[in-house]
Amino acid sequence: MAVINFEELFETKLAKNEMVEPKDWMPDNYRKHLIRQISQHAHSEIVGMLPEGNWITRAPSLRAKLVLLAKVQDEGGHGLYLYTAAESLGTSRDEMLDALLTGKAKYSSIFNYPTLTWADVGAVGWLVDGAAIMNQVMLQRTSYGPYARAMVRICKEESFHQRQGYEIMTHLAFGTPAQKEMAQDALNRWWFPTLMMFGPPDIESPNSENAMKWRIKRETNDELRQRFVNQTMPQIEYLGLTVPDKNLKWNEAKKGFDFSEPDWAEFKNVIKGNGPCNKERLASRNKSHNEGAWVREAASAYAKKQNENYVAA
Amino acid sequence: MSNDSQGPLWEVFLQKKAGQPFVHCGNLHAYDKEMALQNARDLYTRRNEGMSIWVVPSSAIVASSPEDMGSFFEPANDKIFRHPTFYQIPDGVGHM
Repeated sequence: MAVINFEELFETKLAKNEMVEPKDWMPDNYRKHLIRQISQHAHSEIVGMLPEGNWITRAPSLRAKLVLLAKVQDEGGHGLYLYTAAESLGTSRDEMLDALLTGKAKYSSIFNYPTLTWADVGAVGWLVDGAAIMNQVMLQRTSYGPYARAMVRICKEESFHQRQGYEIMTHLAFGTPAQKEMAQDALNRWWFPTLMMFGPPDIESPNSENAMKWRIKRETNDELRQRFVNQTMPQIEYLGLTVPDKNLKWNEAKKGFDFSEPDWAEFKNVIKGNGPCNKERLASRNKSHNEGAWVREAASAYAKKQNENYVAA
Repeated sequence: MSNDSQGPLWEVFLQKKAGQPFVHCGNLHAYDKEMALQNARDLYTRRNEGMSIWVVPSSAIVASSPEDMGSFFEPANDKIFRHPTFYQIPDGVGHM
């Protein structure tokens, strides 16, 4: 019987654009990279519910409240899809939750910025979800099957998120001067943090090389950032708003916009835990986790009793 | 994973429309079968993706392993006579 060379099988699979499945052999570093990336992605969805949840009770109309509730519920669902995708690689839900609640795990730095006004809810849906979609569309073809399938479902649900955000922005931008000013203020504060969402520049991105080699990512941070700016500029122009970047201009030679890099020192500082809301976000997550403890205990005790009755009968 | 504080893992299958097969769509944690069904509804059918749901404890799934993929499915490889295209049908006998 021929000896199977697992590494070769894995490489062939990647070369043929086939998906890697949970029970397939894979290099340890590939597994580790995915667990880190998918769990961080899941944490981002869960923590991402907080800045928007902040406005559910204060939404300006019943329609706006229904829409925002549905969006935040979707984000919770996205977190759950992603957690089970990571679990298929051999980590547990408890391990991941523990890492999040103790501050050991990272999540997207964008969610450490506050939502100060209703315009921020618009800007988050439009810009933050817009940037997330750009990344997630690429990840629908990522090499790990369960991650790719979760992304397909997420992308289907995500497009309403961006549209509802832009709708809020149009209402404000074409409203009273005070409302337009509110929209401009939100854009000013969210523009650079949104550009940071694509990660550090390619030359400084420590995880990018492996991610590209293993086809976990198919486009680099800088490529995605450029595409986002190109796609978003007409939307900003339509609103009659301006980008807080005096270097932003069309470059005919590259058929794209030139723009300033975000402040990467700020990015690193927020990731380290020193953003405006890091402590508040972690405290909120811990509070709801602890307050839900009795529900988990009761449900677990009830299930155990049901099983005993079933065995006895 | 069955000792997870979130309850054991369940696999979820959805039937899109009457008459169609149930298709695997993902998984979730729940403490018992009732909760698994309700969670599956909330997690996988928020936009009418299905009209009927199966939930199965993941521990009850038995799966073939990729390592013996070759030998496990080998018996089917040399039996092309199981396919209709193996046979020649004379002209003029109509549809068969």
